[in-house]
Amino acid sequence: MTATESTEESTEERPIGFGRLLRKEDPRLIRGMGNFVDDVELPGMLHMAILRSPMAHARIVSIDKSAAEAHPKVVAVITGADLAEQGLAWMPTLSNDVQAVLATDKVRFQHQEVAFVVAEDRYSARDALELIEVDYEWIDPVIDVRKAMDPEAPVIRDDLEGKTDNHIFDWETGDAAATAAVFERAEVVVSEDIVYPRVHPAPMETCGAVADFERVSGKLTLWCTTQAPHAHRTVYALVAGLPEHKIRIIAPDIGGGFGNKVPIYPGYVCAIVASLVIGKPVKWMEDRTENLASTGFARDYIMKGEIAATREGRILAVRTEVLADHGAFNGVAAPTKYPAGFFGVFTGSYDLEAAYAHMEAVYTNKAPGGVAYACSFRITEAVYLVERMVDVLAHELEMDPAELRLKNLIKPDQFPYETKTGWVYDSGDYEPALRKAMEMAGYEELRREQAEKRERGELMGIGLSFFTEAVGAGPRKDMDILGLGMNDGCELRIHPTGKAQVRLSVKTQGQGHETTFAQIVAEEIGIPPEDIEVIQGDTDNTPFGLGTYGSRSTPVSGAAAALVTRKVRDKAQIIASGMLEVSVADLEWTKGAFTVKGDPAKSVTIQEIAMKAHGAGDLPDGLEGGLEAQICYNPSNLTYPFGAYICVVDVDPGTAVVKVRRFIAVDDCGTRINPMIIEGQVHGGLADGVGMALMEMIAFDEDGNCLSGSLMDYLIPTALETPDWETSFTVTPSPHHPIGAKGIGESATVGSPPAVVNAVIDALKPFGVRHADMPLTPSRVWETMRGNHTPPI
Amino acid sequence: MQVNMTVNGTEISEEIEPRMLLVHFLRDQLRLTGTHWGCDTSNCGTCVVLIDGEPVKSCTTLAAMAAGHEVTTVEGLEVDNVLDPIQEGFMQCHGLQCGFCTPGMMLTARSLLNANPDPSESEIREAISGQICRCTGYSTIVRSIRWTAEHEAGISQGGAA
Repeated sequence: MTATESTEESTEERPIGFGRLLRKEDPRLIRGMGNFVDDVELPGMLHMAILRSPMAHARIVSIDKSAAEAHPKVVAVITGADLAEQGLAWMPTLSNDVQAVLATDKVRFQHQEVAFVVAEDRYSARDALELIEVDYEWIDPVIDVRKAMDPEAPVIRDDLEGKTDNHIFDWETGDAAATAAVFERAEVVVSEDIVYPRVHPAPMETCGAVADFERVSGKLTLWCTTQAPHAHRTVYALVAGLPEHKIRIIAPDIGGGFGNKVPIYPGYVCAIVASLVIGKPVKWMEDRTENLASTGFARDYIMKGEIAATREGRILAVRTEVLADHGAFNGVAAPTKYPAGFFGVFTGSYDLEAAYAHMEAVYTNKAPGGVAYACSFRITEAVYLVERMVDVLAHELEMDPAELRLKNLIKPDQFPYETKTGWVYDSGDYEPALRKAMEMAGYEELRREQAEKRERGELMGIGLSFFTEAVGAGPRKDMDILGLGMNDGCELRIHPTGKAQVRLSVKTQGQGHETTFAQIVAEEIGIPPEDIEVIQGDTDNTPFGLGTYGSRSTPVSGAAAALVTRKVRDKAQIIASGMLEVSVADLEWTKGAFTVKGDPAKSVTIQEIAMKAHGAGDLPDGLEGGLEAQICYNPSNLTYPFGAYICVVDVDPGTAVVKVRRFIAVDDCGTRINPMIIEGQVHGGLADGVGMALMEMIAFDEDGNCLSGSLMDYLIPTALETPDWETSFTVTPSPHHPIGAKGIGESATVGSPPAVVNAVIDALKPFGVRHADMPLTPSRVWETMRGNHTPPI
Repeated sequence: MQVNMTVNGTEISEEIEPRMLLVHFLRDQLRLTGTHWGCDTSNCGTCVVLIDGEPVKSCTTLAAMAAGHEVTTVEGLEVDNVLDPIQEGFMQCHGLQCGFCTPGMMLTARSLLNANPDPSESEIREAISGQICRCTGYSTIVRSIRWTAEHEAGISQGGAA
C-alpha cells in the first residue's frame, strides 16, 4: 500500500480522495450554526420533564399527581399506571430484556423514571415535578455485585415470571479443559483480581428528543440524539405498533455519543407518547444528572485474571472468571449471539496455546446499560485484562514488559490468525508498531532516567500496552441486534452536472462522516469531495443500516460507500464506451475519466458521462438512464486494527498525584482516508483512557445513591490533566475491506487505560506493588503505596 | 422584569422571568442557539459567553445579571461575513469534532488572545481548563489557539510594515 502512504505525506490541500482535508462540517459548527436536538424549535412546542426515583429499590405505594395537574402551565402528567393502560409501561432493551418506561410496581435504581410532566415551557415542567407526591416503601437494594447471587439477596426483577434470583446469563468461550491442562504443566502461573469500574460516556450534549406527531397524516417525526436512527425506527414500530413508514427519525448534529446514544431510553418513548396523546410537538432534554445517573454506563466487570507462561517468558494461556454488573435491566448493546460483546478477544495480540473465559452477569439496583463508552463491544475490558496480566507476569518474571510483549506477539506470517477463542484476525504486523512506539518514546533512555530517579526516591513509571481491536460488526450470519442484521446500505446519485450525493445509514456524532465519506466516493470516482454531499441521520432519506458505534462506520458503511461507487463507475464505463465508440474492455480508468487504451487523447470525464447518462440520445443497448446505485454491504469478517502505546507518568511521593508526562501512540487502522481526522479520533480516545485510568468512576453508596451524578463528582480530564499526545502510525490494510480500511474510532479508548495503569504500577514498583484498580486517584494511589488498597465498588 | 443589554453589538430590551438563566435567555428567547448547555454546575463550559470581554458560564448566570453589559456569543465572532481568526484556527487545526464545546472554547480563546496575544502552551491549557471537550483530547484545541496567535501576529506585523 505504498500509494496510501504517499498520500499521507501529500501536501495537497484539496485531495480528490484520501489525504488531509479540512472538514465539511466545520463551517457551520464554528459559527454556532449547528442544529442540535435542543436547537429544534417547532410552533406550539411543549416541554417535558421526568420525575425520577430518589431510591434505588422501593415499592411504589401511591402517586398523587393532582397538584401538578392543577399547575396553570401544565398540559399533562403521566404515570406508569397511565402508560400501562396503553400497554406501553415496558419496552424491550437491546438485549431482549424488558425495561420499565415508567415504573409501575417498583423502582429498581435511583433516578429511574417514575412520571413525566408536559408543560408550556421548560421551567414550568420542572416546577411541576415537585408537585407530584409519590409514596415509596423501601426495599433493601443490591448494590455490591459480589452479593447479588447471595441466597438472601432481594430479587430485583420480580416482574419476570418465575424469577427467584438476580442471575442474567452465564457465558463461556475457549476450551476449559485444554486451558486447565496448560495451566497444570506451566512453569509460571500468576493470577490477579482486577476491577474495571463503572464509568460513563458523558457526551457534552446530553440525550434528548423532540417528538412531533401529525394527527391527520399519522406521521411521527422524532428529532433524536441517536447514533442508530434506522434501528430506533424499527424498534418504535415494533414496540408502539406505529406503522414503520409513518415514523421518521432525524438525528441532527449530535454533541458526542461514544455509545451513550445507541440505546432507546424511556425519555424518548415518553416524548413520543406525549406528542401522540397531546397532538403537539414535545421536547425533552436530560439534565446532566439524568444523563450520568440513568443512561447507559460502561464496564463494571470484576475479573479474576490468570496467565500461564514458561520461565523464559513464553506466554502459554490466559484464563479469566468475570462477574458482570448489568444494573437493573439488561440493556447491553451487543449482537444477539454475543451477550458478553466481543470480550472473547481477551487473548490479545499474543500467540497462545489455550484460553478460556467464563462470565456470569447479574442484576443490581443500579442504572441499566453496559453499552458503551467507545468499548467496541467490551473489547476495552478484554484488552485491559490481558494487558494488565502481561504486566503482572513481567513483574513476576522480573522481565521488561516490552521484551515480554515482543517475545509473544503474533508474527506477520501467522495472519489471518485464528485465536483460541475463534476470532480470525484479518491482518497485522505487530512488532514494527511496538518498535516504532519504543523508538519515539526513547524507551531505553526512559528506563535509564527511571533508574536514576528511583535512586533519588522519585517515582517515575513507564507503561506499555499492545492491543488488537475487533471492529466493524458485522457479518449477518453471526451478528444481529434485536433480530436486525448488522449490514449497512449506501446510495449514490451522480447528478447531470457531475455533482454527487451519497446517502449513509450511519450517523456521525463528531467523527467527520461528511468529510470522510465524501473522500471515499471521491477516491473511487474522481469527483472532488467538495462536489459530494453526504446525507445521513434521516430515515426518510437514507437507506437502512444499523448506525454508528463499535467503530463500525468505516469498516461497514465505508465499504458500502466504496462498493456503491464502483457500481456506478461500472455503469459509467459502459456509457463511456458508447461515447467513445470502443468496447468496454478497451477503456482504462484514471481517477475521474475513462480513456481509450493507447490513445490518451480519446477520453471522457465522469462529469461528461454523468450528463450523457441523464441527457438526450441513446445509451448503449439495454442500459437505463441515470447514474445512481444503491447497495447493502454485508462484511465477510470484522476488521482488526491494532496499536502500541507507551505512557510515562510521574507520581508525587508526597501527594500521590499522578501526572501523565508523555503519551506515545502508534496506531494501525489499515488504509488511512483522512489522517487529520484519524489523529483526532486517536487523541480523543487517549484522553478517555487517561480519564478512566485516573479519575472517572460512577460510584454508589450502600443504599444505592449514585455519588457521581454531576460533573463536580464525575471527573473528566481537562487540558491540564492531559499531555500533548505523540502519535504515529503503520499501515497494514485489511485484506477483505474494499479499500483496506479498518476502524479507528475506539482504538485509543481500548488501548490507553492499560498503558496508563501499567505506568502508574511501574512507578510504584519500589513499594512492591503489582496491581491497583482504577481509577488511580491520589487517595487510591496513596493507599496502594501503603499496601492497603481496596477495590472500588 | 425588563432587561436591557447589548448582545453581539445590538442593544436589546426584553421581558423575562427574574429567575431566567442567561443560557436559556440567549437560546430560547433570543434564539442564539450557538451557546450550548451541558451540565448545570459550571464544570463543562459549553455555555461560555463573554460578558464585557470576560468568559462567563451562562448556565450559572442570571440573565438579569447581564443587564447593562455587553454579551458576546459565538454568533458575534463573525463580522460582516469575515470569520474571527479563532474560528479559522479551529478549522485549520481540527480543533473540533462534534462541535458542542467549540463555541465556548473559541470565546475563551478569544478572550485569552485579547489579553495575551502570544500565550504559551501551558497558558492556553490553563485558560481552557474550566471547559471540557470529550472529543479532541485538547491537543488540537491548543494548536488551534496557537495557530490563531501566530496568524494574528503575522497580520499585525504585516499591518505595521
